Amino acid sequence: MKRWLPLISFAILAILLGFGLKNADTKSLIPSPLIDKPAPDFNLPLVGQPEVFVSKSDLLGTTYLLNVWGSWCAACRVEHPFMNQLSRSGILPVVGLNWKDEPTEAIAWLKQFGDPYSINMSDYSGRTAIDFGVYGAPESFIIDAKGNVRYKHIGVLNQQIFEREIQPLLATIAREVSGQ
Amino acid sequence: MIAELGQLTLIIAALLALAQFAFPIYGAWRNNQSFMAMGNSTAYGQFVFVSIALGILTYSFLVQDFSLAYVANNSNSDLPIIYRISAVWGAHEGSLLLWVFIITLWTVAVTVVSSRKTSVLPKAFSARVIAILGLVSFGFLLFVIFTSNPFDRILPAPFDGRDLNPLLQDIGLIIHPPMLYLGYVGFAVAFAFAIAALLGGEINREWVRWARPWTLLAWSFLTFGIALGSWWAYYELGWGGWWFWDPVENASFMPWIVGTALLHAQAVTEKRGSFIGWTLLLSISAFSLSLLGAFLVRSGVITSVHAFASDPTRGVFILMYLGVIVGGSLALYALRVPKMISGSGFTWFSRESLILINNLLLTVALFMVLLGTLYPIIADAFGMGKISVGPPYFGSLFIVIMAPLVMLIPLAAYSRWKQDKAGRVLSKLLVPLFISIAVTAMVAWQNDASNLRTLSGVFAGTWVISGTLRYTIERFRKNNRFTLPRSEFAMVLAHIGVGVFVIGVAMVETTSTEKHLAMGSGDSYTIAEYQFTFKGTEHIDGPNFSAERGTFLVTKNGKLISTMYPEKRQYRNNQIMTEAALDPGFTRDLYVSLGDPLDEARQIWAVRIYEKPFIRWIWLGALMMTFAGLIALSDRRYRRKKTHQNEPSAEPSNNTNPLTNGSMP
Amino acid sequence: MKNTLIYLIFGISIVLLSAFSVAAPPLEFDNQTQESRFNKLVAELRCLVCQNQNLADSDAELAQDLRREVLDLIRSGKSDTQVKDFLVQRYGEFVLYRPRLDKSTYLLWLGPAVFFLIAAVVIGLVIGKRNQQFLENQNMPNNKDQKPHDD
Repeated sequence: MKRWLPLISFAILAILLGFGLKNADTKSLIPSPLIDKPAPDFNLPLVGQPEVFVSKSDLLGTTYLLNVWGSWCAACRVEHPFMNQLSRSGILPVVGLNWKDEPTEAIAWLKQFGDPYSINMSDYSGRTAIDFGVYGAPESFIIDAKGNVRYKHIGVLNQQIFEREIQPLLATIAREVSGQ
Repeated sequence: MIAELGQLTLIIAALLALAQFAFPIYGAWRNNQSFMAMGNSTAYGQFVFVSIALGILTYSFLVQDFSLAYVANNSNSDLPIIYRISAVWGAHEGSLLLWVFIITLWTVAVTVVSSRKTSVLPKAFSARVIAILGLVSFGFLLFVIFTSNPFDRILPAPFDGRDLNPLLQDIGLIIHPPMLYLGYVGFAVAFAFAIAALLGGEINREWVRWARPWTLLAWSFLTFGIALGSWWAYYELGWGGWWFWDPVENASFMPWIVGTALLHAQAVTEKRGSFIGWTLLLSISAFSLSLLGAFLVRSGVITSVHAFASDPTRGVFILMYLGVIVGGSLALYALRVPKMISGSGFTWFSRESLILINNLLLTVALFMVLLGTLYPIIADAFGMGKISVGPPYFGSLFIVIMAPLVMLIPLAAYSRWKQDKAGRVLSKLLVPLFISIAVTAMVAWQNDASNLRTLSGVFAGTWVISGTLRYTIERFRKNNRFTLPRSEFAMVLAHIGVGVFVIGVAMVETTSTEKHLAMGSGDSYTIAEYQFTFKGTEHIDGPNFSAERGTFLVTKNGKLISTMYPEKRQYRNNQIMTEAALDPGFTRDLYVSLGDPLDEARQIWAVRIYEKPFIRWIWLGALMMTFAGLIALSDRRYRRKKTHQNEPSAEPSNNTNPLTNGSMP
Repeated sequence: MKNTLIYLIFGISIVLLSAFSVAAPPLEFDNQTQESRFNKLVAELRCLVCQNQNLADSDAELAQDLRREVLDLIRSGKSDTQVKDFLVQRYGEFVLYRPRLDKSTYLLWLGPAVFFLIAAVVIGLVIGKRNQQFLENQNMPNNKDQKPHDD
């Protein structure tokens, strides 16, 4: 038995490495600890209307998608057509969190590529993004009517991912509401 | 066209590697001389074809053939010639080809040495060794051909290449990979010797004597390669660290730990005939961990600063390869390892026991590094979330595990084989003990630092150095001349190297001064007696980059001691590089790097200034270990034709050791 | 404006860099103690966008923001643990380079010690057996090789 120990240890190691290989694609996606917890409080001015502030409590009562974006972010441009489409479809409101961006550049960018955001807040300092645990753009959160974070997607969101991961969740949320 | 030729040579080389495995292994089994001899010719052939392939790839870089995907991704028409050559191993495919080339290089070396007339290796034994090396090489050639072909074309060919990662455009990175691979792959030789011994059933201490010089050579290269990597990271990454416990660094460090344990275990097996099974297992492990390192770096299972672009199919291939090579050899080990206890007995305090403790601690260190490196995968596999294991974990546990090992070094050097008394050895080390206490007290007083980590590091380092020197002086006095047998001199040098390294680490970790600040032209800042004056920046152009170069005047007590020129480079592929400026010294380095410009008009920059005491000692210690390995393998006894068997007293360096006669004052 | 930023799309990191951007000035500390406490703390925190670098060494913009945040927290009188909790609540355990001791890390922290104990017992047994072997050989009178040395 003793002499087989090295081989057994190696077999365990190899199985573990196989696991690692299977999960290698997702290793840099860090799951958010905020899922199923109340979204952090925020109170931010709107892009282009610095005197108007929107807070978390203003948005209670509807389920919405919070999209973190910036005019400096190349991948956001890739994602943007889908945001426009989602906004037009009316499935749920799309709220923008304009992350560390100059409002003038943000407005010009939206003029060029279309504006899907029913509400578009400016997080110039990046302070709110830190509360949301944002570490890159784009990122998208689903926040339910009670103000809880239900889902986070890191990277470009598209139709396929939306149908696979978000739509079932929206159905669940709808059931919860009707169940009450 | 020529690239297709390269591909063809790789396929031929793979076929030759297969032949190099099949014929000699059959020949050794059937005792057929001509089949055994085919190992040599196929090994030479494989070497030639792999060399041609490597030559073709180098040529493609030199003539800038951007129709090759690999060349286009890692080179650019502005790239200086020297970096075009090093770009050959600048990324996954080419570095793998270099790896294969180095296997064939080692194989040819083994072939040449074992077919000399004076060689003591039995024919069947060396045939098996060459066969195993052929199998190792065959797997890697398949890997290159099927998953990582450096000769793949892209159509249409791009007008220009993407350029070599600027981090790699550096002298340190030209030589670091070849040295590291010479080390990794070199352990394949010790591995092949172990497997040959297991296959042939010739499991005796002769086998270890044959394998030892090869192990020493591989270990020296690996030590040097790791030290180069650390030195490169220090000056090139721009924030002055020398070791980050990054998974890729750990991947190179694990074979080193086992290699070090193996060298010590070999000493016991060679001289006393004990622990043959353990030495076999360590020989297999050292190379297996080199392969594991290749897997970790190339498969993308771990997150690292400098892993190669990851590709799961490559990971699957290496994992299968690991299964065959490592799984197969460990199964063979289980079936064939001798059941009997070999060698003679020894007491609780003896050199054998101390070397066993050395191996125990090194094995625990290996386990810790392996566990820490793989723990993120373990946590993920068991649904415990994503966690990070970083320098605070490795650093603190490594010190705890290594402290007793370092403290035992002088005792082990003094102790006799078989039987000794702790009291006798300790009494000899009283003077070194006082010296170490005195030096530590001096350091404490001078730096007026009460940091326990620094002080214990300085104490341990001084203890090793003074204890080892005390031993050397005693040997000189006894012999009445200032020479030592080579292997003994090597032991002394390597152990002093450990001491030098430990002092360097202790001083750097806790007595470094660093400052991040905003400096405008004309501003001065003083750290640790050195006044740094920023003289602004100027624009300069390099072959494939443009840069802002800052000028810093460094004065000490009003006297100019250095002018430093850190750069912020922008390469033409838009990558930004921080080129730190260094003023190296024996007892301290000064280090300046430019951050970002804060106000371009007024030339205000974010600047990092460091003063790092004794950092050179880290690499000096590693260099001493490297040379020690090379000196040890030049010892006479590895070149003797006939060796006396089963008689420990036949070993001159053992028997003539005056310290074992107990006649010292 | 937003330059030194690395972001991720399905694990494919794309590096957007451009030279000579306007960056944040280095942090100003109130005193030496605060600075060394800060340095010690950020060296143990992982920069999220740069894969394997700590917050202290990274030049990424998020790292700069987080460094500022950490300093603000220290200034507002938070303990090291509270600062770490702040980051863990937002980014998860991933930010800690020194994993906390809990049931998911018992193996990590205690594994080496357990391994050491087992290995030490094995080594002890081996030496004990060898010692026995030595003593037995010594009792055989005709074995001159095994003669004990005396000092």
